[in-house]
Amino acid sequence: MSKAMTRDIDTSRTAVTDEVAIEISGMNKWFGSFHVLRDIDLTVHRGERIVIAGPSGSGKSTLIRCINRLEEHQSGRIVVDGIELTNDIKNIDKVRSEVGMVFQHFNLFPHLTVLENCTLAPIWVRKTPRRQAETTAMEYLEKVRIPEQAGKYPGQLSGGQQQRVAIARSLCMQPRIMLFDEPTSALDPEMIKEVLDTMIELAEDGMTMICVTHEMGFAQAVAHRVIFMDQGQIVEQNNPHDFFHNPRSERTRLFLSQILGH
Amino acid sequence: MGKTSAAFVRETMLPPEPPPMRERGVVKWLHENLFPTPVSTVLTVLGVLIIWFLVDHFYAWFAHSVWNASSLPECREIIAATWGEGASGACFAVIRERWNQYVFGFYPPDLYWRATMTFGMLFVALAPILFSESREIRRIVLVVASVLTLLSMMELNAPGVWMGFAVLVFLGALTLAERRAGWLLIFSALYPLLGVWLLWGGSVWGPAMVLAGFGLGWLAFVLVGRISPVLAAAVAILAALLFWTLLAREVAQFAGWLLPLSIRAVASDQFGGFLLSITIGVAGIALSLPLGIVLALARRSDMFLVTSLAVIFIEFIRGVPLITLLFVASLLLNYFLPPGTNFDIILRVIIMVTLFAAAYMAEVIRGGLAALPRGQYEAADSLGLDYWKAQRLIILPQALKISIPGIVSTFIGMFKDTTLVTFVGLYEPLKSISDAVRNNIAWKGIYWEPFIFSGAIFFIICFSMSRYSMYLERRLQRDHR
Repeated sequence: MSKAMTRDIDTSRTAVTDEVAIEISGMNKWFGSFHVLRDIDLTVHRGERIVIAGPSGSGKSTLIRCINRLEEHQSGRIVVDGIELTNDIKNIDKVRSEVGMVFQHFNLFPHLTVLENCTLAPIWVRKTPRRQAETTAMEYLEKVRIPEQAGKYPGQLSGGQQQRVAIARSLCMQPRIMLFDEPTSALDPEMIKEVLDTMIELAEDGMTMICVTHEMGFAQAVAHRVIFMDQGQIVEQNNPHDFFHNPRSERTRLFLSQILGH
Repeated sequence: MGKTSAAFVRETMLPPEPPPMRERGVVKWLHENLFPTPVSTVLTVLGVLIIWFLVDHFYAWFAHSVWNASSLPECREIIAATWGEGASGACFAVIRERWNQYVFGFYPPDLYWRATMTFGMLFVALAPILFSESREIRRIVLVVASVLTLLSMMELNAPGVWMGFAVLVFLGALTLAERRAGWLLIFSALYPLLGVWLLWGGSVWGPAMVLAGFGLGWLAFVLVGRISPVLAAAVAILAALLFWTLLAREVAQFAGWLLPLSIRAVASDQFGGFLLSITIGVAGIALSLPLGIVLALARRSDMFLVTSLAVIFIEFIRGVPLITLLFVASLLLNYFLPPGTNFDIILRVIIMVTLFAAAYMAEVIRGGLAALPRGQYEAADSLGLDYWKAQRLIILPQALKISIPGIVSTFIGMFKDTTLVTFVGLYEPLKSISDAVRNNIAWKGIYWEPFIFSGAIFFIICFSMSRYSMYLERRLQRDHR
């Protein structure tokens, strides 16, 4: 493994239920004439943790960005928490407030303090009273272990700290599903661990997570299911043990040998 | 010491010494900034020569200034008598003699205090907006504005009642600014109506009806909003418009009959000088910024029709000289309006200047919007913020911050462009007033001094705007460690 995880995760509070959190069926997407996602079928259950891997350009980021409609799909169905994503803006905003997203480049709001970043959406979308929103925000900032930075601006924090703030910001909306779009790819090596540790803690709380990442150690330790994508299609999916030790498709084997080879 | 040994131990530490002479203080500065290379040395000498030439040429003219005289010939006599025949000298006496026209135009002299009070209260309205984060600066601005305004009003023989009103406003503002600065924004919101009423005079019920229309619209918005939030805005606008066009005049007349509260009216053609420039400038600035924001957002909209309309508007207005628009305002609008409508000329000019500045403003702000990384939009979207909330809370605060230099440049340009209203017969200070002054035989032939005076005042105002924008940029800086 590229990065051995420091510990196995505590699974006492996690359980994959039968309840369906996300249902994607026959979904296709084009960028202009480029067929970027081809006939995607994917069912995610409540409490499930999925890691999506694949070479760049394989459509993995686009796939999770379709789940909260940052990208629009052109055919097929996406149902999130029982709400189908269509052009109805109300539904889209509702899905977005239930689904948290963490970006590769953090995308914190640089003109607001860390605390304001975290309270903004609860106050303006959920109509939470400011005082209460701040209490909740401080709880989550403590959870990601940076409560002392609450008054600073994002530009004053390191990359790892910024990404943890971004996670806390998403959590403040108390989402039922979290999407991670290569959350550690823009980080210096020594900061990757602090972000992964935060994500592992989240996993231990039973959060439904879909994570696009190249951290195979994390995938092995945390994921229930690893999905391998190539050329806009799901090529292989399996539990992490079999996925890493006994990949069935030739393409998967090649990919694994390339990223784990050194 | 051994013969050859790499090992070394220092026994005494060296004390720090000052740098050599040429690396210190004045010598260093001169060397680095004025004479670093032979070419720079030549340029420096050349620069000094040019400055010397300019100073030599103009110094005498300024030094021989005459401030006390009643006509240009008298000025010339004084200069000849004091500095000898053929000596040159400025005759700033014209400013001393005619300053009131440069400041107020043909505003009735016994009402100068009203314009002065309006100008003083402008700072009360601006303080909570411009200096929302610094109580100290707010306090200084308010105290200075209050004291200067009240002193000038006393000097201009303001009636006691109005002195009392001014004192009340300033004291109230000072108290609020210390405790609850946010409440001052109510005054800022009411100021346009108060200012218009004080400047133009007339019945208090005119501006009151405008306010009532807004109130009615808001009421409709709240009431309809409960049933259908989509309809609310449309109904609110409709209610206000209907009230203003159909009812306002009759209600105002009735109210005026019940309670005749009115002050002496001043017609628009009596406005002039810096009073006119500042009235048009302030109104134009206050209106063009919001309009520019709306246009910039419209131009970046996903909706084809909205985008097209914004592009057509912006490109048309930018492609036409401001003077054309002013001529349209002064001549053509009358043909399009129903006969008998008295549509104030200053109001027409303000509308045109606003549209003109808004087109530029829109492009400046569009630049700021384009400079924001897409991730900011995506982050706002992913948190469930709707379009307007995302714009208001995330996008615009950052985009406007980026655009501050451009926005203020547009403001400054617009303020200077107010002098162009001379072409539609309004008495702006630079040309119209100076012409009026020169029409008097006593000041015939005086050119430089009025230009220098007006130019200096324009410079002070524009330079203040520029410094304010730098202050604002510093205050909004967020990435320092």
